[in-house]
Amino acid sequence: MSETSFAALTTASLFSKSKNSWVKKSVLPGFGLSLGLAALYASLIVFIPLAGLVIKALELSWSELWSVVSSARALASYKLTFGAAFVAASLNLFFGFIVAWVLVRYQFFGKRVVDALVDLPFALPTAVAGIALTALYTTNGWVGQWFWLADIKIAYTWIGVTVALTFIGLPFVVRTVQPVLADLEAEIEEAAASLGASRWQTFERILLPALLPSMLTGFALAFARAIGEYGSVVFISGNMPYKTEITPLLIMTKLEEFDYAGAAALGTVMLIFSFVLLLFINQLQHWSHKRAGG
Amino acid sequence: MAGAISSFGVQKTAARNSATSESLWVRLVLISVALVFLTLFLFLPLFIVFNEAFAKGAGVYWASITEPAAAHAIKLTLIAAAIAVPCNLVFGLAAAWAIAKFEFRGKQFVITLIDLPFAVSPVIAGLIYMLLFGRQGFFGDWLGENDYQIMFAIPGIVLATVFVTFPFVARELIPLMQEQGKEQEEAAITLGASGWKMFWRVTLPSVKWALLYGMILCNARAMGEFGAVSVVSGKIREQTNTLPLHIEILYNEYQFAAAFAVSSLLALLALITLVLKSVLEWKAAREHELAVRAANAQ
Repeated sequence: MSETSFAALTTASLFSKSKNSWVKKSVLPGFGLSLGLAALYASLIVFIPLAGLVIKALELSWSELWSVVSSARALASYKLTFGAAFVAASLNLFFGFIVAWVLVRYQFFGKRVVDALVDLPFALPTAVAGIALTALYTTNGWVGQWFWLADIKIAYTWIGVTVALTFIGLPFVVRTVQPVLADLEAEIEEAAASLGASRWQTFERILLPALLPSMLTGFALAFARAIGEYGSVVFISGNMPYKTEITPLLIMTKLEEFDYAGAAALGTVMLIFSFVLLLFINQLQHWSHKRAGG
Repeated sequence: MAGAISSFGVQKTAARNSATSESLWVRLVLISVALVFLTLFLFLPLFIVFNEAFAKGAGVYWASITEPAAAHAIKLTLIAAAIAVPCNLVFGLAAAWAIAKFEFRGKQFVITLIDLPFAVSPVIAGLIYMLLFGRQGFFGDWLGENDYQIMFAIPGIVLATVFVTFPFVARELIPLMQEQGKEQEEAAITLGASGWKMFWRVTLPSVKWALLYGMILCNARAMGEFGAVSVVSGKIREQTNTLPLHIEILYNEYQFAAAFAVSSLLALLALITLVLKSVLEWKAAREHELAVRAANAQ
C-alpha cells in the first residue's frame, strides 16, 4: 500500500514539472495523442469543410449576398421552415409531455413496447418516414381521407410539412422529460396534498416548474432538428416554390442550377442559425442539470 | 429479470395514493390521448410500410428487393456504414478519453462543437463537400487533372455519411466516462500497467455497453441517411445509389409497391436497432445494479 502511494507521489511530481498551463497535470497517459487525433479528424471532416461553406458565400459581394438571402423565394422558404418547425415542436411539447407522463406514472397493456417504439423516428430513415406519411395523409390515405371530408388537405400543403416535422421531432420532449419526471420525489407531492393543495394546484405549482427546463430543452431540440430536416419533407410537401418549399430544398435547387455561391449563402444563414440554437440548447441543458441536481 | 423490473414499476405506482395520483377517468383520458397521438404519428406510418410493401403480393416484394439495382444499393449502403462506423468509433474513443479524463480550458466549447453535425441540415453536410471536391470546388481542378472522382462517386457518399454520423459514439461515451471518473485508470497506471493495457483491461470493459449503443445508433443513421447523400451521390443506378436514394427513385417512378418493399428492409433495420437498444439498456442497468449491490455488501 505504501509502495503504491509512493509511486503515485513520484509520478505526480514527475508530471508536475512539465508546464502546460491550459491543461491540468495527470498521471494518465495519452492526452496529447487522443486530443490530437480527435482534433485532426474533426477538422478534416467537419470544421474545414464548414469553413469552406462560409468562404464560398463570401465570394459574393455584400449586396449580392443580401439579395440571395432576402429574395422573396428565400423569405417564403424561411417562413415555411421556421413556422412549420415551430408548430411541430409545439405539438411535440404538448403531446410529448402527455406521453412521458403516461409512460412514467401509469400502467397499461403494452407499455414497454410503446416506450421502446418512441425512439422509432431516430432509427427509421427519413426517406421511409416521408413516403409512409405521404401514403397515410394524402386525400385518399387512411388518415388523410377523413380530413379531406372536412375539406382539409394535409399532404402537399404546409400541414403536411408540419406532420413530417412532428414525426421526426417526436422522441425529443418525451426523452428529456421522462427521466426528470421519474426522479421527482413523491414526498413533495404528498406534502402539497396534505397542505390542502388540489391535484391541479400541485401539478401547476410544483410539478410544472420542476419539469420546465427539461420541457424547454426537448422543445428546442425538436425545433433544431426540424429546421434542417430534408428527407421526410420532400415527399410530403409537394415542393412548390413560394408555397411548400423548405429552405434545405431551396439550397438543393440552387445546387442543381449550379448556383454554388447562392447555395452557400443560404447554407451559411442556416449554419449560423443552427449554431446559435446549439449554444442556446447547451445553456438550457446546463440549467436543467443544475435544477435537477440542486 | 425483465419481470423483476416491471414488477418494480408496479410497486412504485401502487404506492401512490389518491392524493398523489389522478382519478380513473383522468388517467384513461391521458392514456387515450397519448395512444391516439402515437398511433397517428408512429404506429400507422410504421404499419403502412409493411402493408404497402406486400400490396402486390410476395412475388413483387421479393423481385423488388432482389433486382440488380436494389442489390447494388444494398451493397453500397453496407460499404458506407462499414467505413463510417469504425472511423467515428475511433474518433469517439479518442475524443471521450481526452475530454472525460483530463481537465483543460475550453472543454465545454469542444463538447458543443462535437454536436455541430447534428445541428446542421443534412443538405448542408452534402453541400460542404460539393464546394470542396465538386468540379467547381476548391480542389475541383486538381482532382480533375489527376483523374480523382470524389463527388458523384463512392468517396463522396462515404464522406457525407461520416459527417452526419460523426457525434454518435462520442456523445454516448463522454457523459458516461465523465461520471466514472479516473480513479480506476490512475490506480492501473500507478500499479505499473502500460497505457494500452489500462485501456484494454480497465477503460474499455467499463464502457462497452455505451460503446455498442453508440455504434448501433451510428450504424442505423449511416444506413438510412438521405439528404446529405442525395446531394453528393448523383443517383446513378447501380453505381452511386444507396438504399434510401433507391427508394426515392422508385417512388418518383410510381413504383409504390417496390418503393415500400425496399423501405420495409430499412424499417426492419430500425426495429432491430430499437430491440438491440433495449437489450443494451437492460444489460447496462443490470451491471450497474450488481456493482451497487457489491459495493453495499462490502
